[in-house]
Amino acid sequence: MSVHVETEASRRPSPGGPPGGLAAAQRALAGVLGSSMLRYVVRRILWGIVLLFVVSGLTFLIFYAFPAADPAALRAGRQATPQLIEQIRHSLGLDKPVYDQYWLYMKGLVLHFDLGYSYENNVSVTSQILSRLPATIALTAGAFVVWMLVGIPVGILSAIKRRSVVDRTTMGASLLAISAPVYWLGLIALLLFSQDIGELHFLPGAGSYTPLTSDPTQWFFSLLMPWFVLAAAFAAFYARMVRGNLIDVLGEDYIRTARAKGLSERRVILRHGLRAALTPVVTMAGLDLGVLLGGAILTETVFNIPGVGRYAYDSIINSDLPAIQGTVLFGAFFIIVANIVVDVLYAFLDPRVRY
Amino acid sequence: MALLEIEDLRVHFNTRDGVVRAVDGVSLTLDRHETLGIVGESGSGKSVTALTVMGLTRLPNAVVEGRVLLDGVDLLALPLHELRRIRGSRVAMVFQDPMSSLHPLYKVGWQIVEAIRAHGDVPKDVARRRAVQALADVGIPSPAERMDSYPHELSGGMRQRAMIAMALVLDPDVLIADEPTTALDVTVQAQILDVIRRLQAERGAAVALITHDLGVVAETADQLAVMYAGRVVERGPLATVLDAPEHPYTWGLLQSIPRLEAGPQRLQPIAGTPPSLIHVPSGCSFHPRCPYAFALCPEIVPPLVLSQPGHDVACHLPPAKRQAIGRRLRSEDDASGGLAAG
Repeated sequence: MSVHVETEASRRPSPGGPPGGLAAAQRALAGVLGSSMLRYVVRRILWGIVLLFVVSGLTFLIFYAFPAADPAALRAGRQATPQLIEQIRHSLGLDKPVYDQYWLYMKGLVLHFDLGYSYENNVSVTSQILSRLPATIALTAGAFVVWMLVGIPVGILSAIKRRSVVDRTTMGASLLAISAPVYWLGLIALLLFSQDIGELHFLPGAGSYTPLTSDPTQWFFSLLMPWFVLAAAFAAFYARMVRGNLIDVLGEDYIRTARAKGLSERRVILRHGLRAALTPVVTMAGLDLGVLLGGAILTETVFNIPGVGRYAYDSIINSDLPAIQGTVLFGAFFIIVANIVVDVLYAFLDPRVRY
Repeated sequence: MALLEIEDLRVHFNTRDGVVRAVDGVSLTLDRHETLGIVGESGSGKSVTALTVMGLTRLPNAVVEGRVLLDGVDLLALPLHELRRIRGSRVAMVFQDPMSSLHPLYKVGWQIVEAIRAHGDVPKDVARRRAVQALADVGIPSPAERMDSYPHELSGGMRQRAMIAMALVLDPDVLIADEPTTALDVTVQAQILDVIRRLQAERGAAVALITHDLGVVAETADQLAVMYAGRVVERGPLATVLDAPEHPYTWGLLQSIPRLEAGPQRLQPIAGTPPSLIHVPSGCSFHPRCPYAFALCPEIVPPLVLSQPGHDVACHLPPAKRQAIGRRLRSEDDASGGLAAG
C-alpha cells in the first residue's frame, strides 16, 4: 500500500553537515547569528534609540519650553535682583533658543552621558542617578523575587482548585492587595512593624536603608518591609494572571492529549499547562521590571529609600528641571530595554514567533 | 468476551442549565482486528463515549454509570493512577484537530518520547529510536529530522500522522480515533484513513472510528453503530446497515449525503435540528423529526433489539415495514449511484 506524502512538510531546507547533536547546535547558532534573529535585535535596538530621542525631545519641550516656574528665578534665591537672574539665565544657557539648548543637552548626553547639573545643588544628574541606582535595583529585584515566588504558586493552586475555598480566599485577598495603594499599604506596614513608630517594633522603619556594601544584614532587614509592600499588588496581579492563563490552557486540546498519553496529573499541569501559561507572564514580568528599575517612586518615598524614584520625587518637589528630565529619560531607557529583552525572550519561549 | 465491552454507559453532566444527558445507555463491543464506526450528528454522544472510555470525563460535575470492560477489567472503577497506566499504552486516542491537539511549544519528537517514557523506564536514546520508527511507520518522510520540528512547522496531514504515531507508538490494543480526518483536506483524509487501516492490519489493534461522515465509515469500518441523542439507535455489520438500514435516522443520514451524480435536488436533509441533551424528547428521542412516528413513539423509549442476526435496531416500527422502507430507499439510491458500493 502506498503512502502519499505532502510536500509542505519538507518545506524547511535542511542544511547539510555533521549528523547528530553537533549539527543541531551548529544550525541553532547559525540561525541566531546569521539570519533573522540578529537583524531583528539590531533593528529593535536602533528603534529603541530613536524612541529615546523622541522621549528626550518631548520632555525637553514640556519642561524647558513651557516651564511652570522660571528656573533662573528659582536658582537665584529669594532676594534676587533682576541682574542676578539675568546672569544666571545666561550662565545656564537659558537665554539661547530652545533648539540650541536641546542641541547642547543632547550633545552632552550622547558624548558624555551628561544629563546636566542639578539646579538645586549643582551636582551632576548622571552621578546622582548612578549613585542611587543600587538602592532601586535592590528594592526592585527583591520585590520581584517575592512577587514571583508568591504569585505563581498561588495562581497555580487556585487554578487547579478552581472554585474551592482556597481559590476564593486567595482571589478575594488578591483583589484587596491590588486595590490597596502602595503608599497606604506602606504606611500601615510601618505602623505595624517598624521599630520607631510600629506596634510590634521588629523591623527597621523608614529611612533605615543601608547600602549592601556597608552592612549586608542591616541592608536586608531594612528592605524586607519595602519588598513585601511593593510586591503585594504585583503578587496579587500575577496570581490572578497565572490562574486565568492556566485555566485557559488547561482547557486546550493538547492538555487532553497529555492526559490521554497517560501522564501524571502533576506532569500534565506543570510541564504542559504551566509551560504554556507562563509565556505571557514572562513578558509581563520583564516589562514590570523595566518600569520599576526606572524608580519605584511611591515605595521609595514612603520608606525613604534613597533610590532613583525618591530622587525623581525630590526633583519634582524642588522643580529641579535637569533632574526631572534625567530621571524621566532614565526610566524611559529601562522601559525600552525591557521591551527589547522581552521580545527577544519571547521568541525563545515560543517557537511560533517569527520576525 | 470481547476486548472492549461498553455496557449500558450513561454520562450525565450537571450544569447550570440542567442535567446534560450526553450518553444515555450505550452498549457497544469491539474486538481485535475489528473497526467499529460510530456515526451520528454532533451532540449525539459519540465523543463523550470515547472520552469516557479513556477516563477523560472524570469531572466534578459528571455522573458516569455503567461499565467499560477492557479484557474484563472495568475501567470506570479503576482509580486514576491505575487508569493512567492504561491510557496511551493499552487504549490510545487520536483527536480531531491535530493543530490544537499537539503541544505547540514542544517538538514533535519530544512529545512522542514523553509518551513512551510515561509507561516505562526506557532510556532516552531507545525511546528516541522508537519514536523515529513510529514516525516512519505513519509515512512521515525523513522522520529523524521531523523529530525536531515543532507542530506548526508541519502540515495538517503531517501533524495528524504525528498524532497517530504518538498514539500507536506503544502498540495499544484499542485505538480510538475521534473525527481524525474532519479537520483535513479531502485528499489528505484518504491518506490518514489509509495509515490507520494499514497499521491496524499489521498490528491487529481494535479501532473505534468516530465520525459524522458516513463516507469515512463506509471506507474503513467492519461494524457500524449509529448514535442519536446519547443512544445507539442502530448497530450491525457495516454492509448490512448500509444496504438494509432499518432506523429512520439512519435513512435520513444516508439520504443527506451529497453525491456528485445525483445533483442538488436529490439531497434530503433530516427535518428539524438535533435535540437539546438537557430536554431530550420523551420516548424515542428521534420522534419529533421522524416522518414515520406514530402514537407509541413519544410514549416509550424503543429498546435496541435484534432485528436480524447481528443487526440491532431501536425503533417501534414493525420490522417488516422497516425493512421494506429501508430496501425501497436504498434501491432508489442505488439507481443514482449509491454509497454502499463505495
